[in-house]
Amino acid sequence: MTENGDATPLVQLENVNKHFGSLHVLKDINLTVSRGEVLVVIGPSGGGKSTLCRTINRLETIDGGRIVFDGNVLPAEGKGLARLRSEVGMVFQSFNLFAHKTIRENVTLGPTKVRGIARDAADKRAMELLERVGIASQADKYPAQLSGGQQQRVAIARALAMDPKMILFDEPTSALDPEMVQEVLDVMIGLARDGMTMMVVTHEMGFARRAAHRVVFMADGQIAEENTPDEFFTNAQTDRARDFLSKILTH
Amino acid sequence: MEDLIRYAPDLALGFLENIKLSIVGAITSLILGTILVAMRVSPTPVLRVAGTFYVNVIRNTPLTLVLAFSALGLSDQLGLVFSAEPRINSFWIVAMGLSAYTAAFVCEALRSGINTVPLGQAEAARAIGLTFMQSLRMIILPQAFRAVVAPLGSVMIAMIKNTTVAVAGGFAAESAANMKESFDQVGASIPIFLGIVVAFMAVTLPVGWFTGRLARRLAVAR
Ligand SMILES: Nc1ncnc2c1ncn2[C@@H]1O[C@H](COP(=O)(O)OP(=O)(O)OP(=O)(O)O)[C@@H](O)[C@H]1O
Ligand SMILES: [Mg+2]
Repeated sequence: MTENGDATPLVQLENVNKHFGSLHVLKDINLTVSRGEVLVVIGPSGGGKSTLCRTINRLETIDGGRIVFDGNVLPAEGKGLARLRSEVGMVFQSFNLFAHKTIRENVTLGPTKVRGIARDAADKRAMELLERVGIASQADKYPAQLSGGQQQRVAIARALAMDPKMILFDEPTSALDPEMVQEVLDVMIGLARDGMTMMVVTHEMGFARRAAHRVVFMADGQIAEENTPDEFFTNAQTDRARDFLSKILTH
Repeated sequence: MEDLIRYAPDLALGFLENIKLSIVGAITSLILGTILVAMRVSPTPVLRVAGTFYVNVIRNTPLTLVLAFSALGLSDQLGLVFSAEPRINSFWIVAMGLSAYTAAFVCEALRSGINTVPLGQAEAARAIGLTFMQSLRMIILPQAFRAVVAPLGSVMIAMIKNTTVAVAGGFAAESAANMKESFDQVGASIPIFLGIVVAFMAVTLPVGWFTGRLARRLAVAR
């Protein structure tokens, strides 16, 4: 899991706490993600999975504990925070492609405006990435002209264009029609194979089994259990997890 | 009818001033309004408060008072001078007062446009490392503008008609003032009156038509 020989974890959450008003959403979360690791986060609705994911690029602030990314505590604001975010890709459930920009522009915006890469080079790289996710022929269309599965693959290309150290996925296939789920999962499995560090909130067991190194089960703001995918799905330790699995397995 | 013909050159020159005021007003109020809306949505509380205060004060003050304040307060008292030539100076006093006034309405139109942009757009912008100003400039405002092209057109039409109260700011060379002057000399004349109405409609109707079309063309598909 540390193929590049760097043993320090990429992400370290230490006693992280988060409230929304009086609601305690993250309770003393301790979690590390190693370089090259693919971590699947699973659990019942409202358990805090999205919030956990979003604290890592500080789309949500935390009110206790600390998060260390690549050796540095997350910056609170300004240029430092923008730089951190440029190193952590994020793929949303609802894609969130920039609606007024073409597919190509969606992918080149970050590299040109955040990284200062020349347009030609950014265009060339965008086309390579769109090729990789199978959307190259749609480069000049607008997001609304693409199917959900295509949009989500573009969103992955947009994240990849920043050469992130890690990508966060928050239920990337939940908003998709069933027939489009696999095309997105295939791209993600490819990334996992290539050694991308990934944190994936998903209920797709097939993905977890094929690509994840570790499954974290979250409920009520706590990490109730973590294990290898095989162990977790066949031999969950906690009642909460067994109960949850029986529900997602039966439908 | 002969009244209209007699005064036509004067009225036409006056109307040209309305147009000039409108053009300066449109450009300046769009810029000012954009700055104001950036303040109103900024993460800095001081800027937000200042923007909100400005908009609420200006929106609730009659335009004639804003113009009178520009002329008496800013120009006479504080010595803000655009030109040594009084006529040109008062033109700019009125243009700036009109822009400052219209900017508050531009700001509010844009703000309702920003509210139509899904939160996910800003989150995605932040997630790729754009700063607040970059995401506002490249992602949020372009979509907000497209959503409110038609309402902005209405703001501009109101602004064009508002150029007729320029005399409140000391600028008496536009068409409505000229009309009043002609009435003082020859009595009220329906043809003159209608002539000016038609002139305004010849400008405002196309603005409405054009912004309506543009709104449909630029609409962001989601
Ligand atoms: N911005 C917010 N303001 C207030 N409460 C929030 C906010 N975001 C999330 N919550 C609440 O925090 C709790 C955890 O939410 P979160 O979205 O992290 O759960 P989740 O595990 O991702 O659930 P789901 O599977 O439904 O996506 C929920 O009770 C939710 O209602
Ligand atoms: Mg969620």
